[in-house]
Amino acid sequence: MCQVEEEYHEQLERVDTPSASKKCVKCKEELAAVVIRAGDAYCRKCFRESFIHKFRAMLGKTRVIFPGEKVLLAVSGGPSSCSMLSQVQEGVSQNAHKKLRFFPGIVYIDEGGALGQCKEMRQKTTSELCDMFRSTGFPFYILPLEQVLDLPGSVLTPSPPSDQPGSVYKAAVDLFLQSGDSSSDGKAEEQECVSLPAVQESHTRLLQQLIGSAQTLTAKQDLLNTFRQHLLVHTARTRGYSKLMQGDSCTRLAVKLLTSISLGRGAQLAQDTGFSDCRYGDVTVVRPMREYSAKEIAYYNHMFKVPSVVIPNLDTKMPDKASIQRLTQNFVTKLQADFHSTVSTIYRTGEKLQTAGRDSSAAEDAKRCVLCVCGLDTAAEEASALQATLISEQLSQSSVKPEPPASVGQCCSSERPCGGAEGTGDCCRSSRDHEATDLRSLLCYSCRRTVRDMSSVDCLPQYVLSVAQRRQNRSAMKEQISEFLLDDADENN
Amino acid sequence: MPVLCSSCSEKRAVLKRPKTGHSLCKACFFWAFEEEVHQTIVAAKLFRSGETVGIAASGGKDSTVLAHVMKLLNERHGYGLELMLISVDEGITGYRDDSLETVKRNQQQYELPLKIVSYEELYGWTMDAIVKQVGLKNNCTFCGVFRRQALDRGAIMLKVDKICTGHNADDVAETVLMNILRGDIARLRRCTAISTASEGDGVVPRCKPLKYAYEKEIVLYAYFKKLDYFSTECIYSPNAYRGYARTFLKDLESIRPSSIMDIIHSGENLSVREGVKMPVQGTCSRCGYISSQALCKSCVLLEGLNRGLPKLGIGKHHRLHGKILSQQPLTEHEQRKLKSVDF
Repeated sequence: MCQVEEEYHEQLERVDTPSASKKCVKCKEELAAVVIRAGDAYCRKCFRESFIHKFRAMLGKTRVIFPGEKVLLAVSGGPSSCSMLSQVQEGVSQNAHKKLRFFPGIVYIDEGGALGQCKEMRQKTTSELCDMFRSTGFPFYILPLEQVLDLPGSVLTPSPPSDQPGSVYKAAVDLFLQSGDSSSDGKAEEQECVSLPAVQESHTRLLQQLIGSAQTLTAKQDLLNTFRQHLLVHTARTRGYSKLMQGDSCTRLAVKLLTSISLGRGAQLAQDTGFSDCRYGDVTVVRPMREYSAKEIAYYNHMFKVPSVVIPNLDTKMPDKASIQRLTQNFVTKLQADFHSTVSTIYRTGEKLQTAGRDSSAAEDAKRCVLCVCGLDTAAEEASALQATLISEQLSQSSVKPEPPASVGQCCSSERPCGGAEGTGDCCRSSRDHEATDLRSLLCYSCRRTVRDMSSVDCLPQYVLSVAQRRQNRSAMKEQISEFLLDDADENN
Repeated sequence: MPVLCSSCSEKRAVLKRPKTGHSLCKACFFWAFEEEVHQTIVAAKLFRSGETVGIAASGGKDSTVLAHVMKLLNERHGYGLELMLISVDEGITGYRDDSLETVKRNQQQYELPLKIVSYEELYGWTMDAIVKQVGLKNNCTFCGVFRRQALDRGAIMLKVDKICTGHNADDVAETVLMNILRGDIARLRRCTAISTASEGDGVVPRCKPLKYAYEKEIVLYAYFKKLDYFSTECIYSPNAYRGYARTFLKDLESIRPSSIMDIIHSGENLSVREGVKMPVQGTCSRCGYISSQALCKSCVLLEGLNRGLPKLGIGKHHRLHGKILSQQPLTEHEQRKLKSVDF
């Protein structure tokens, strides 16, 4: 009823009372142990087979992960990412049928600092996870989120993808097989015994200040996600991993899609929720768990004893309307309870979308958002929502500003126009307003909205501010010499 | 200390704009609201001088404010348009007959010609009769489809060049959300457009001048200008699926008021992957109206109603179009599927 293309094959069904003696729909021999969707009852064996098969099929049909590649698994400790970890573990093990041919590593970002957790809590969680990771035999890295403050500016610049010896998948597979599959025991690196890095108090304070400068929970969560992603990509880059696997389930992605729409990220939807996300250039983010609903993952974890750790989040135990993310999650889960196809419909809608505008890999460096590294969508065209918002702002404020005093010279360079649209009037009252206005031009629509919720832009980490400064200088330079440039030269920075 | 208007800084502010949060006095608010609608009209090039424009009037707040603002801007900026009111009578007792009285009052106030088209005369069915057959769950589909055609027929009878409707920002945002929830890619691409395409006869292009105006601001405008409108919800709407999207949107607005514009911005920037199947525009073989299938939706719905098979229009039915066109009786199996559920 709620879908456009809904089929109405069945007459009004008589709901079968769930009986303990129902047979598995797949093998039709064993007794069913779990019901995934209405009417799909599986026995343990078939369920496990289909679960594992889905994972392999996802990797196989998309052909994004090449054999012999190093893949970093981003594990948050939650059920989806732990399930993903166990699938990879299963797939890479010697006795697997058609084993997976890449070399995994694990990374966990400890966000306790941003949440205000005490040191003991953080130690406890990280040591639990440490044990879990150690038992897998893969190299693992446990990083505190505070490290995001020390990142280099290169995180925000997409690097060109490294040369693959065979960019066609089939050629790469053949090449790998020819080279004799030398490091075939699955442990490409010695497992590092990573002792939990000590975190400086001052860094934790800075991080808390950064998160605290966002006035709304929505903005806080958005910032946290952005910085976590930056740290993950940086880790992958510096340790030589070309792929980053994230464990977002179907349910989580459906919620993310609706949240992105509500935050104004329509142009970047395909990258936020698609299977592979190439915005960083050399590190591709893949999401192999995207066809599993949260329910399936929970059943699997319970039945096959996959360990996971409960870690609180910024919006844990918060009321329904505390943030947009929380509200959307509640909305989708409640709607799913009444209309069972909600999550899969939203997911399929997302699959049909693509990144708007120019191809992300070809976009100039200057046309990327400084925070989310996606293409900018802020060209205020005629008759667009953005233009309407700007007009409303203008009309609601006094259009006559007091003339700035003549001693303005020292704080404004000649390239930058004074008196931004913020309507403060007096442009040298604080250069902070200046920076806020200028930073806005380097951000996409939704990052602008997030930054607007921040009390001070200065709390942003150094690497963001310095990259912003550099881009502003370059665009000012370009403006000065624009009449002498012959064409839009390739500006790969 | 009283808060001063942030625009003129002279008078005391009497309201806070839901859209931007600024405090404004009455005159500045009126000016800002009207100017925004004017900018929307000019930027999107909605009208040309000398055209006849039909204002879809239901008697509710959106269409009342639309009629008022269109008349005002037409005079103030000299659009050179000839304005008319078109109203649709769906035949809902206790709701539509009251709101039609409001429209008649509007006609007298604004001195605009008025044409009322009713479902009864166009299709032979009133909404009350339809609900009796269909039940309370899918009736909004019937009403919406029939109204669209009714508006077009009314516009052709009046010989107008364009129709303008009172859809506001909240409506557009709700539509974007609903199309995502329903998986309707084709509509998702089109729903944020401010005016529809204008090819084909039997189709009058329509536009939404109030597309960027928040519903709350429309109410504020109507309140301060003391405009007369009818403000009850349709009695058949409580079970509509759209209600979920609306509640969600209201909650979003309470968290972050700019989310309505954010959603519209997202909707405008969505782009569909190549290779996704899209419907192609054609004409209905029976009535000649535009349609992407062999039969237009209102013909299918009508057929279902007339044959006593109300579920004919709900769900996939294009396989049955051939049968309907050639007037063949449907098999028993098909008939059983399409009857409404008896309790």
